[in-house]
Amino acid sequence: MQKKIQFLVLAVMLLPLIFIIGCGKSSSSLDTGDAAQRVYVKPGEYDEFYSFMSGGFSGQLSVYGIPSGRLFKVIPVFSQNPETGYGYTEETKAMLNTSHGFIPWDDAHHPSLSQSDGLADGKWIFINANNTPRIARIDLKDFETAEILEIPNSAGNHGSPFTTENSEYVVASTRFSLPIPNQDVDIKSYKENFKGTISFIKVNPESGRMNLEFQILAPGFNYDLARAGKGPSHGWAFFTSYNSEQANTLLEINASKNDKDFIAAINWKKAEEYVKAGKAKAMPADYYHNHVDEKTRVAKSEQLKTVMVLDPKDCPGMIYFLPTPKSPHGVDVDPTGEYIVAGGKLATVLPVHSFSKMIKAIDGKKFDGEIDGIPILKYAEVNAGEVQNPGLGPLHTEFDEKGFAYTSAFISSEVVKWKLGTWEVVDRIPVYYSIGHLMVMGGDTKKPFGKYLVALNKITKDRYLPTGPSLTQSAQLIDISGDKMKLLLDFPTIGEPHYAQGIKADILTKDFMKIYKNEDNGNPYATKGEKDAKVVREGNIVRVYMTAARSHFAPDNIEGIKVGDKVYFHVTNLEQDWDVPHGFAVKGMNNSELLIMPGETRTVTWEPKQPGIYPFYCSDFCSALHQEMSGYLRVSPANSNVELKFGTGK
Amino acid sequence: MKTKSKILVIIGSILLLGTFIFPIWKIDIEAPQYPEGMGLYIWINKITGEGPNDLNTLNGLNHYIGMKTIDEESIPELVFMPYIIVTLTFLGLLVAYKGGSRSILTLIILIILLGVVGMYDFYMWEYDYGHNLNPDAPIKVPGMSYQPPFIGSKQLLNINATSLPWIGSAFIGMSVLLFGFSYLNERKNKGIQA
Repeated sequence: MQKKIQFLVLAVMLLPLIFIIGCGKSSSSLDTGDAAQRVYVKPGEYDEFYSFMSGGFSGQLSVYGIPSGRLFKVIPVFSQNPETGYGYTEETKAMLNTSHGFIPWDDAHHPSLSQSDGLADGKWIFINANNTPRIARIDLKDFETAEILEIPNSAGNHGSPFTTENSEYVVASTRFSLPIPNQDVDIKSYKENFKGTISFIKVNPESGRMNLEFQILAPGFNYDLARAGKGPSHGWAFFTSYNSEQANTLLEINASKNDKDFIAAINWKKAEEYVKAGKAKAMPADYYHNHVDEKTRVAKSEQLKTVMVLDPKDCPGMIYFLPTPKSPHGVDVDPTGEYIVAGGKLATVLPVHSFSKMIKAIDGKKFDGEIDGIPILKYAEVNAGEVQNPGLGPLHTEFDEKGFAYTSAFISSEVVKWKLGTWEVVDRIPVYYSIGHLMVMGGDTKKPFGKYLVALNKITKDRYLPTGPSLTQSAQLIDISGDKMKLLLDFPTIGEPHYAQGIKADILTKDFMKIYKNEDNGNPYATKGEKDAKVVREGNIVRVYMTAARSHFAPDNIEGIKVGDKVYFHVTNLEQDWDVPHGFAVKGMNNSELLIMPGETRTVTWEPKQPGIYPFYCSDFCSALHQEMSGYLRVSPANSNVELKFGTGK
Repeated sequence: MKTKSKILVIIGSILLLGTFIFPIWKIDIEAPQYPEGMGLYIWINKITGEGPNDLNTLNGLNHYIGMKTIDEESIPELVFMPYIIVTLTFLGLLVAYKGGSRSILTLIILIILLGVVGMYDFYMWEYDYGHNLNPDAPIKVPGMSYQPPFIGSKQLLNINATSLPWIGSAFIGMSVLLFGFSYLNERKNKGIQA
């Protein structure tokens, strides 16, 4: 009898295991077949899509090819990168200035491509810094960070930087509410002192330059994610919020109590009118605006001291709350601009709001109270439908061009496909494991390419060869061209890939930059030809105007540098040939090496501490005589009278 | 001279000026590291790269094997070739205005002669360029010279160079042809008269 019970217990314990093994087998047999062909890009051929994936806690932005899943570039954005000198060189370090001083890192979440008429236009891509609130603009001509704007009155710049239909604005909402302006208060005074802000950053259509046009003061909730409207809902933007309980401790419990939180619907065209009508108040603030000057390609910082703030109390009709179940996370607008899908991360259904119903409800004043002068619309009056059984922990939704929506479910670790209008689930596929965002190529635009979906997962566990406790992050490519979703490929990613953007490759490849032109090099310390190479002493500052060309530096012998000097190496790569960067590395250099693109001048500083001979060399294998591309620096004691001498080949 | 012959000579003379609009020679360059290709155009008055930086890049690469920099100022031909072309055009127009079949023939022979001298000169320039190497060159391959081909293809280390007459030369060819027709036309008419 006891044996029998033991057997039963054992059997029951083993059952899930058998189930898991069985599942694993069936899914892996599904993966084979034509999946390999679908993701195979022949050597030398190009991928059909670019995918820009956030680097998460790396602070950077990565560039992948789809469908191959190959990594092409990591664009340094918010973090210093000693590999290229980004954030170390005199030309780039101003990019990382903030009101909190120089910050060499951040946590980057959401890339957002610039749009024209609701379609990605390939001009720029924006990405947020979550920790020290900032938005960066990367120029897609050269795939380099061109601008970083700090967002004042914000903390945890999470709902950012989603673009409007014609990149009129990128938006930014604060995840943490704060005293505004920030001050030293009792944390328990949260409800009276803490406020949220939602910022609208205007983008210059020609230059791409950003300007914090206005901020909207909002109740002290946590603002999570955002999307701009499109088509009929163009002119509106939607922001999820949670913690309408306004808890300041143990949020996992205290902010999960209310049955519904809110999506803030903001009529930004109306907000613009209020700003024009003088309703915005200039508030003192402190924030940095860093940008790369187009002529010199040297980054400059500007400290800004005011921000225009709109209070909803003075601006009727500018902002409404849509009640939305259980701490919504993502908010996504379908390609037609009619449906607003909320990912209620603790909800059992996926609520979909209707833009046209919302407008009707506003016109008919179907309100259910208000908070700080912001009317709350009645749920039933704005809701278009609810997707039943959308998976556990639904977070984000993207769309294809055939009227289907794809929702990521974090807890049940799956992608759920459902039909807009009927709200019925038509397919589901497991992902490995715990998906956050997902991305359909162009899935946030008016015209998605319903061919591929990328699942951006939080956990990889056993999916790759193990590498100790710290494992790679992972994305998965899913074929969504047919009725059934099919898993095609797992591929590793850098940092944590939060969100991603996809764009047809030919939009970017039809006109791309191969080199910076020497004649356009406006760096004040550029050396335009080898004849102009020189070393100049100004007190204890020594400026080395150096050129690099295959396969030598000029000058390559420098004497007369002394301990106590500050040496600026202004190195100009004179090459005008595609894919011929030069490196520059000095023994004992305390900050970084340089990687200098053709036609570029980069400057690194060095303060030698001991007399002696210091070799330097090119750290990018540039040519057959790369190993010969080197030189010597002679450092003499501070009080020595060794003459300043430099030269090449003499 | 018959009107038809005159017109042919006039057109032929003007066609010579086509060498100001199009290069007369092209050297194509292929190498493993240059899948996009490079090229040099030789004009009567200048040398240019096919891509905006090709000339610069080639000069950079050539310093490894000790070749001289291609420097327009050190090639006197680029200065006097335009004068020769303009002079030939004027001579042609003069022939059309006043000349007979004999002067047409002289013109043809003159152009062909100048062409042959020009090509010989080009060959010698290539020879000098490929053989007269800097003894301090980083890369020295015993017995190797780098003379680009005159017409056709040639492998030079990792570079495959293909050299061919280009559109400007076709203009010269066409003008010689038209002079030829004009000459035959004149001869035919003379035959009928006699």
